[in-house]
Amino acid sequence: MQTALSIALDAFAYGMALFIICIGLSLTMGLMRLVNLAHGAFAMIGGYIASYAARDLGLGYGYGFGIALAVAGTVLIAVPLERLLFRRIYDRSALSQVLMTIGITFCVIGITNYVFGPTLKTIPLPADLARPIDLGFRSIAGHRLFVIASGLAVAGGLWFLIERTGFGIKLRAAVENAPMSRALGVRTELIYAASFALAVALAAFGGAVGAEFLPIEPYYALRYMVTFLVVVSVGGAGSIPGALAACLLLGAIDVTGRYLMPDFGNFFFYLAVILVVCAFPRGLMGRAP
Amino acid sequence: MNPAAASPVFAVAHLSKSFGGLKVNHDVSIAMAPGERLALIGPNGAGKTTFVNLVTGRIRPSAGTVRLGDEDITRLGAVARVRRGLVRTFQVTRLFPDMTPEEHVVMAILQRQGRATRILARFHGAGAAADEAADILATLGLTEVARRKVVEIAYGQQRLLEIAIAMAQRPKVLLLDEPAAGVPSTDTPLIERALERLPASLAVLMIEHDMDLVFRFARRVTVLAAGELIFQGLPADVARDDRVREAYLGSYAHAGR
Amino acid sequence: MAQASAPMAAATPARDLGRDLAGLALILAAGLAGYWLFPDNLSFLTRLISVALLVLSLDLIVGYCGIASLGQAALYGAGAYAAGIACLNGVTEPFLLILIGAAAGAVTGLLMGTVMLRAHGLPQLVLSIAIVQLLHEAANKAAWLTGGSDGLAGMVPAPLFGLFEFDLWGRAAYLFGLGLLVAVFVALKLLVRSPFGMVCRGLKEDPLRVSALGISAFPVLLRMFVISGAVAGMGGALGAISTQVVGLDSVSFELSANALVMLVLGGLGNLYGALIGTVVFMAVEHVVAAIDPFHWMTLVGALLIAIVLFAPRGLSGTLDEAARILARRPRRAGP
Ligand SMILES: Nc1ncnc2c1ncn2[C@@H]1O[C@H](COP(=O)(O)OP(=O)(O)OP(=O)(O)O)[C@@H](O)[C@H]1O
Ligand SMILES: [Mg+2]
Repeated sequence: MQTALSIALDAFAYGMALFIICIGLSLTMGLMRLVNLAHGAFAMIGGYIASYAARDLGLGYGYGFGIALAVAGTVLIAVPLERLLFRRIYDRSALSQVLMTIGITFCVIGITNYVFGPTLKTIPLPADLARPIDLGFRSIAGHRLFVIASGLAVAGGLWFLIERTGFGIKLRAAVENAPMSRALGVRTELIYAASFALAVALAAFGGAVGAEFLPIEPYYALRYMVTFLVVVSVGGAGSIPGALAACLLLGAIDVTGRYLMPDFGNFFFYLAVILVVCAFPRGLMGRAP
Repeated sequence: MNPAAASPVFAVAHLSKSFGGLKVNHDVSIAMAPGERLALIGPNGAGKTTFVNLVTGRIRPSAGTVRLGDEDITRLGAVARVRRGLVRTFQVTRLFPDMTPEEHVVMAILQRQGRATRILARFHGAGAAADEAADILATLGLTEVARRKVVEIAYGQQRLLEIAIAMAQRPKVLLLDEPAAGVPSTDTPLIERALERLPASLAVLMIEHDMDLVFRFARRVTVLAAGELIFQGLPADVARDDRVREAYLGSYAHAGR
Repeated sequence: MAQASAPMAAATPARDLGRDLAGLALILAAGLAGYWLFPDNLSFLTRLISVALLVLSLDLIVGYCGIASLGQAALYGAGAYAAGIACLNGVTEPFLLILIGAAAGAVTGLLMGTVMLRAHGLPQLVLSIAIVQLLHEAANKAAWLTGGSDGLAGMVPAPLFGLFEFDLWGRAAYLFGLGLLVAVFVALKLLVRSPFGMVCRGLKEDPLRVSALGISAFPVLLRMFVISGAVAGMGGALGAISTQVVGLDSVSFELSANALVMLVLGGLGNLYGALIGTVVFMAVEHVVAAIDPFHWMTLVGALLIAIVLFAPRGLSGTLDEAARILARRPRRAGP
């Protein structure tokens, strides 16, 4: 029972970390129709910046500053990329998008390795988050609780942004019918750039806070690319509840599998993916095409 | 009233479909006798293309049945319906951009003969099929462009190719969705020539806005407006019908009297 | 009627045959040139041929049917392991081993197609990745059969035709591979020109039109998966015979992704493109990756970006375009 509970809590926290990273990808795919395989690369860049800020700047600004810097820095790197590269493939075929974004991923991996070397980078946690926190029935590492809370905040905030604000309305209009929205005075390239920046910011945030689960190293961008894609397609691109459900389900399968049958690696994870995708070819909560 | 009622080759009964709250087809019933030439007309957005999509199985109706000959085909998939002889053309052309008109027609002929997916055969230079394709293409005036890629030929010619493909399929029932739309008026005689060459036993339903073509082609006309059939009868009567005038001309119909 | 067919008779079949023969001659000449020019690198060249078969098989799926796959190595690996296991268990006749590889690839292709064709778009791509990863984990786990992470080693195929040993210099293996490649290439040329091949192209361009012709997509695509599996499986078997080891990398996401990069580099939907892409990619990799694998990654990445931006039809498409432009000029000068 005790193990079951701690597995469940672990899985929950892991699922939420996945969610923070993947939700940006789900939105770019579902709303902007962009298959961005470089999403993991942005998460990785976020992780590197956070680690660099927290360890090497050594100014004692702490965890929060590191994360903020990670988000800001990654967006700063992504904006010129959006202008130069991504903007040219918004209306190209999925295959072109896959190829270009794999290409960007490869470049990021190569450059990261050149700059930071192939070793694993950690992000030191502040004392408050490193301690276990007593929940009454169980105690949980403070950091996990932080990840879970962040995940819920991201889900709520995004839902509000998309469903309840002017920006959300413009975004959905731009996706439905770009020429018409332009005619109505919506500056679609601006909307696209803003949503792209938002997705990147979320990736960087997730990469930094999720580093405990998905350790930061140069191959990060490729190693977890598949996992992120899987989450999005299982959840159904563009659906926040779908992504949440997929992250929790796949997180649970992954963590449980590793606990119970460590030497099977990801076997059961991929088996589950195949079964789920076959059963729900449009995702758990995907929209009809 | 309906000459097809006796032994229809194609019978649609009480067909309905809504998109959200919009009733695009409501309780539509149409029957056709073998060899019949029927026109389906109606204002833009009346639901004519949706009707074709419904009966060919591209979208599912919310209610109603479709019969082809003695068989109820309401539950069949789109491919199975084509194989039973229910063939359509597309209002907005659906062609293979990188293939030639000849290749389109040959593929249709090979499929009719059950040879379209053979592996141990050659597609090009397939003797009899190539001759037949050349013949059909000549009927529609497409000989000159038979070996050009479809993307390189004029839109009007692409529309004619839609008809050529349908001819090659040798259907029992043919649904033409605005065959003349986009075809230069100098070429409409080509369409009529092609229609005349269709076997007399084939039932043809033509959706069309070009009323001259409709009157020359059809022995019977049905009018669809806002998803409902409002008129079935002789071409000569259609222009005198009040509901038809109302559907096309709105309130002007009354003003004009 | 006679009038109708007159302008048509001038075109394709005869010219096609000429171009095909020229193409084949070019492949053979390039292959033999490799044999004379790089006698010390024959094992690398044989691996190149084995990967070329993989890329050709991927072209059938991606280039001719329009189905994106990042899991093609599942089929290649199936062939490699099947041939390797058979060889270790006493089946050493090389032709038979290739057939075993083809059969294993075909069966895997059947399964993979059945699964992948249930979905479209991104979920389909994800299925392809999940399948290759699943097989990777399975091969890793089933160490009693596959040697796990150590792989299989020590296969000794029987001499070719009972005469030519698969020796250290790899001469027999290379010529064997070259022969296999040419044979497969001819077969695939015929395949893509068959009615079946044309329907596949149709499915890529507009599936709705194909169904309006009364052709169901699923059996056609599934058959293509089986054929593609057989070709990839032969590639895998050739790799197993020539290197005499089979490792987990033969059934990996990385190999699948690389195969896709090679295909796109060469040009989709064009069998020559698959070959050109493989040769260019592997030759450059051979040189650059030896220096630093991460530089190689950066280079491939930049290459992919450049292809998407500047040469979406790949090297062969770009060459084609150039040839067409050159060829058009004199014709315009005519009447
Ligand atoms: N997939 C769909 N979803 C929602 N609404 C649709 C869909 N397809 C068609 N409609 C709507 O249904 C109505 C009927 O469309 P349809 O294309 O059948 O008209 P039509 O009679 O063929 O018109 P036209 O003469 O312009 O071709 C239109 O109002 C159209 O906007
Ligand atoms: Mg219409």
